[in-house]
Amino acid sequence: MITYLEAIRLAQEKALSEDTRVFLYGQDVGNFGGAFKATKSLAKEFPGRVFDAPLSEDAIIGMAVGAAIEGMRPIVEMQFADFSTCGFNQIVNHAATLYYRTGVPCPIVVRLPSGGTSGGGPFHSQSMEALYAHYPGLVVMTPATVEDAYGMLLQAVALDDPVIFCEHKFLYYHLKAEGLPESVLPVGKARLARPGRDATIVTHGAMLHESLAAALDLAEDGYEVEIVDLRTVKPIDTDTILASVARTGRLLCVSEEWPWGGVAAEVISRVSSEGFGLLDVAPMRLNAKDTPVPYHPDLWSVHRPTARSIAEAARRLLHI
Amino acid sequence: MPTQKADPPVTGADFIKAYRLMLVARVLEEKLASLYRAGAIKGGVFLGRGQEALSVSVGIHLHRGDIYAPLIRDQAGRMAFGDTVLDTLRTYLGSQLGPMRGRDGNIHRGRPREGYYAMISHLGAMIPAVAGALLARRLRGESGIVGATCIGDGGTSTGAFHEGLNAAAVEKLPLILVVANNQYAYSTPNARQFACADLLDKAVGYGVVGHKVDATNLEQCLATLRRAIGAARAGGGPQLVVGDLLRLVGHGEHDDGSYVDPALKASPVGRDCVLLAEERIISENWAPAAECAKWRQEAEQEVNATVDKVRREPGPDPEDDDWAAFSNSEFAEHYAGL
Ligand SMILES: Cc1ncc(C[n+]2csc(CCOP(=O)(O)OP(=O)(O)O)c2C)c(N)n1
Ligand SMILES: [Mg+2]
Repeated sequence: MITYLEAIRLAQEKALSEDTRVFLYGQDVGNFGGAFKATKSLAKEFPGRVFDAPLSEDAIIGMAVGAAIEGMRPIVEMQFADFSTCGFNQIVNHAATLYYRTGVPCPIVVRLPSGGTSGGGPFHSQSMEALYAHYPGLVVMTPATVEDAYGMLLQAVALDDPVIFCEHKFLYYHLKAEGLPESVLPVGKARLARPGRDATIVTHGAMLHESLAAALDLAEDGYEVEIVDLRTVKPIDTDTILASVARTGRLLCVSEEWPWGGVAAEVISRVSSEGFGLLDVAPMRLNAKDTPVPYHPDLWSVHRPTARSIAEAARRLLHI
Repeated sequence: MPTQKADPPVTGADFIKAYRLMLVARVLEEKLASLYRAGAIKGGVFLGRGQEALSVSVGIHLHRGDIYAPLIRDQAGRMAFGDTVLDTLRTYLGSQLGPMRGRDGNIHRGRPREGYYAMISHLGAMIPAVAGALLARRLRGESGIVGATCIGDGGTSTGAFHEGLNAAAVEKLPLILVVANNQYAYSTPNARQFACADLLDKAVGYGVVGHKVDATNLEQCLATLRRAIGAARAGGGPQLVVGDLLRLVGHGEHDDGSYVDPALKASPVGRDCVLLAEERIISENWAPAAECAKWRQEAEQEVNATVDKVRREPGPDPEDDDWAAFSNSEFAEHYAGL
């Protein structure tokens, strides 16, 4: 069985072995193999191409930008997504603007170990996809399955545009698959993770799995919820979302990030303006609470959406 | 300690070559100032008056294949690296035919594919980028190339300066980081910017070689940058060059610089490096005064003719711009209502 984390490691191994332009740079990614071991043994396998960076997020990403201009394909690891704020400037002002300003693309991949885990607390739990998606020029990927973690990371490396790769820490160890995928959906294509007829849940990342569990619960009451896994939040697959809402007439957006200006808000905005007539009832969203992510597991498990709160929200949407 | 070989002298020919580039930059910037006053420039104008000697000395010692990320006040260095009066004016005047196609302006111009990076405004940000470019060259097995970037006294206080120089030092990259200490960051004097005795003190802190230069003196600038760039090229790791000078204009053309201490203007840092260089050429008999005047006229003719040409060029057409922030055009979205 291959875990989500191992899939990420294997994708990097494959990228390194197939493309000499690829190198890995980040804190502790060298001999130590990364804080989560996502680069384990790669430094040994690819001497001189996997190396430790100083504790300098701005420099790590800025250096990746320079290397990309020179034709390389750097994959940089932020130790936690939360620390990417210290490299924010290089991401949003340098990497994201380069192609529009100069016509030279910026093929970097910034890996962000994202999202909450029990005990993570305010600074090791954040979901930053909406923040980066706000900026023109960044592809923002949020793989929710082992297969996508592998296939999408390889796609990210192959893309000429900068990619913010939001890999979810909650899925690292417990999400497993039999093997690696032969193929992967095109970049920017959402996936119907579960067919249904009564309501649509649009979600991404770890919330896919909470939503799937909620759908099972609702199925016991005889309601079939359709689930769309966005996979990539930018570009976003509005067509797949609208097609699902056309079938169900009801929309619940579930997202682990904060509510204000998030992915859920964006999806609702699109469906409201482009598919208003498809809706039977007002669309709903369920996000994390609008506070920093709490440390204590009892607080944390209520802070973020869970299968239980998603099922409750879906029941309200269905007027059960 | 190994005895240091004396630097070879800066020849009259070297000096004149640099001086003529400084002159083109000076004349071009004088024109930009008048175009700004006439309302012909799109956006702001930020000039390098007084900084030409230091700036040109960087660009002139770089080779094709090297990397150069100039900053705000580097018109002279840009000319030396191969930028043109035409590209400069096209960018300032917003010609569609310029390298930035109206998408970015003034000093934010470059041709990254040619090693000539287009600065982003955020000061310090180019330092890690050049370091990363040098890392990439090393990974590809290239040696003997260098990357140079410039920063002001204010920019030395950024996190990016610290992170970039430190990371370059850790990797022993052939980076030349040139600090033009023009005594002010906009209106903020050195005393409110840093507390070390001299910005050169930073070199030892980062474990890099430091060089100090009187940046009003072209000969010293040429010799110092030749040494620093040569050392980086030879594998000596990052080189920090600190030049003392004074910004002889406002921060931008909108600013009269009334806060600049008159005592500084009257002090040695307040001297005009272009005038000093011209005096030197004449006193050394490298060229007569009339020749210097002729060079200035030639520069003026080129600048004026180019302004006339560029002013007739089309600006960017909003209907034609593909408005694509992604290089993969299929990712572009057309939002309802836009
Ligand atoms: C990170 C950042 N903060 C603020 C600014 C706004 N700004 C532009 S130039 C400038 C002063 C720069 O001073 P210095 O680094 O000494 O360069 P000089 O203008 O003197 O050449 C400031 C504050 C900026 N461009 N970047
Ligand atoms: Mg200054």
